Amino acid sequence: MGRKIIPIGPYHPLQDEPEFFKLHVDGETVVDIDIELGYNHRLVEKIAESKNFDQVAFMVERICGICSTSHPFAYVNAIDDLLGVKAPERALYIRTAIGELERIHSHLLWLGLAGHFLGYNTVWMWAWRYREPVLDIFERVAGNRQNYGMMKPGGVRRDLYEEDFPWIKKTLRDLIPKIDMFKGAVMDDPVIRARTEGVGVLTKEDCREYCVVGPTARASGVNIDIRRDDPYAAYDKVEWKVCTHEGGDVFGKAVVRILELYESINIVIQCLDKMPKGPIDSGIKDIPPGEGIGRHEAPRGEVVHYIMADGGNSPARHKIRAPSFMNVASNKKAVIGETISDATIILAAVDPCYCCTERMTVVDYKTGKKMMDGQDLIRLSREKTERLRNR
Amino acid sequence: MLKYLFNFIVFPGFLFTVIVGLLACWIDRKVTARIQWRAGPPWYQPFIDIVKLSIKEITVPRAGSKGLFFLSPLIGLSAVTLVSTLVWLVNIDPASKGFSGDVIVIVYLLTLPAIAVMLGASASANPLASLGASREMKMVLAYELPFVICLTVPIIKSHGLLRLSDIINYQAVNGSFAASLSGIIAFIVMIFCMQAKLGLVPFDASEAETEIMAGTYIEYSGMLLAIFKITKTMLMVTLPLFLITLFWQGFNFLSLWKYVIILVVIILIRNTNPRVRIDQAVRFFWGKMTLMAILAVLLAVKGF
Repeated sequence: MGRKIIPIGPYHPLQDEPEFFKLHVDGETVVDIDIELGYNHRLVEKIAESKNFDQVAFMVERICGICSTSHPFAYVNAIDDLLGVKAPERALYIRTAIGELERIHSHLLWLGLAGHFLGYNTVWMWAWRYREPVLDIFERVAGNRQNYGMMKPGGVRRDLYEEDFPWIKKTLRDLIPKIDMFKGAVMDDPVIRARTEGVGVLTKEDCREYCVVGPTARASGVNIDIRRDDPYAAYDKVEWKVCTHEGGDVFGKAVVRILELYESINIVIQCLDKMPKGPIDSGIKDIPPGEGIGRHEAPRGEVVHYIMADGGNSPARHKIRAPSFMNVASNKKAVIGETISDATIILAAVDPCYCCTERMTVVDYKTGKKMMDGQDLIRLSREKTERLRNR
Repeated sequence: MLKYLFNFIVFPGFLFTVIVGLLACWIDRKVTARIQWRAGPPWYQPFIDIVKLSIKEITVPRAGSKGLFFLSPLIGLSAVTLVSTLVWLVNIDPASKGFSGDVIVIVYLLTLPAIAVMLGASASANPLASLGASREMKMVLAYELPFVICLTVPIIKSHGLLRLSDIINYQAVNGSFAASLSGIIAFIVMIFCMQAKLGLVPFDASEAETEIMAGTYIEYSGMLLAIFKITKTMLMVTLPLFLITLFWQGFNFLSLWKYVIILVVIILIRNTNPRVRIDQAVRFFWGKMTLMAILAVLLAVKGF
């Protein structure tokens, strides 16, 4: 068989989001891959400039459905950085607990999807069933299963009630045996190991070159984690450890995520135990001119928000970099040389979230030529920043 | 003549096997759903699925080869119908029916559905379908080897009987082959081959939904897809029956539990495994399964 193009996307049962991977295949072997994103660009950064600081927290929450608190978390961190003050102690603990609860449900969701991509629908359904209690916790504390709306510049929007704590802790502890079961199912199942071990290996050097973040990097033995390297919220006040794996393959990524589930449960329970009494909101009135950078270790890796304020009611510039933006590109390294069957699980193993990642390209539609390349856009962006500075 | 036509079309051939197959399909879906904490469909769901598919429009790919595209579902369907008629008739009345060498004919006919799928996929001129077809071809090459080797076990054990009814009668006198060591090994290997023949997880690489979007069936719609589905459901009845006939003293309406047991085994295998890659499947069948099959034959020759 000669070289063919196998399209994965823009609409494909592999992922629910619009994305396009052009696999150039020779027989069953992938020889090249084109990653084309941009089907769902929503001008989020531009919209942020027309919203006030409180509204932006809600707006960025809707960037991603799965890690819906990661973006607001990074955003409020950026505001805290801009102001140079920390939110009240209790708010920090609540933020941490919410962030970790989200990691639990997001990793369980990925585990289920990974099973589905391998054709193992039982794992899919079971993982999603055991994700339900976590969503129940969210429903109890925030009123929503997704999009909790807990983050707020200078604090949190809602308090956690002490009378809920025993129930939350019990629900999480009940989750541990189930995760043990998944751990056994993944680590001991010979067929799963055959499908995932040594597949889509990303070496340490590859990770550095592609600036891969999050569990994808940690599975390759790169020991990075923003929660430990640049502590924010209450992460420096609780005991936990960073989980790494040396394999770099799909199996390693699954193992890292499963181990992180235990750590996250541990962190949430500690947060609930140590949570001090006090206010949850510092009552920020206005945002002075300045710049702030907020980072948060989202379930998929480090998410960065940059806020530039000019003393007005809304951000003058809001820059977002989602973790999938770094991780999806690393597929180029991981997929080439593998078979099509493996390509799908490798593409999914970085836990991609395309809506966070969408970027824009300006193309002349008559000739199909790109009007602007990356350098042009960077130049434009710098010029704009310069304009804002001089305003 | 009319009697044979009735046998072929209504009972126990096409119509009857389809109804039983769709019920088996419902059991499969229901048990799968219960394993996966879902509610599952009502018993008539597979029937209305087929009805709905039948009244949908058939789209034909412009670049495809139209004659083959329409013909290949029918090839598969007619082959399975013939097999089901033969196997049912032999089991209902072991004394009279069948002809010498019908075991061999059935083995050939059972490969036709897979070949029909390949033909149809190649005729649809879709890169994903051709990928699915090439996987299907590899899969056929992989599972046919242990399947045929295992087939010799009942023949050896019955001292060279090549007629299904004779094999049933021999087992009725001398006990089922599955009770012997060689018989049970061959039976287990056959169950794995059957899983691959049915195209179920873990051997569903040719129609892997999340990889190549139903692969071989990607261009099929409406009635033609319904015929492929019907072929699959008929196989789901015919293959276990064929196995029971060969190894387990045959089948009558009182021994429904034999079929249910095999069905449950199929469902359990399908729900406790991820999809294997095509090269892993080939290695599995040509390695472990073929070795076990040869072992079973050697044991059968030695009389175990």
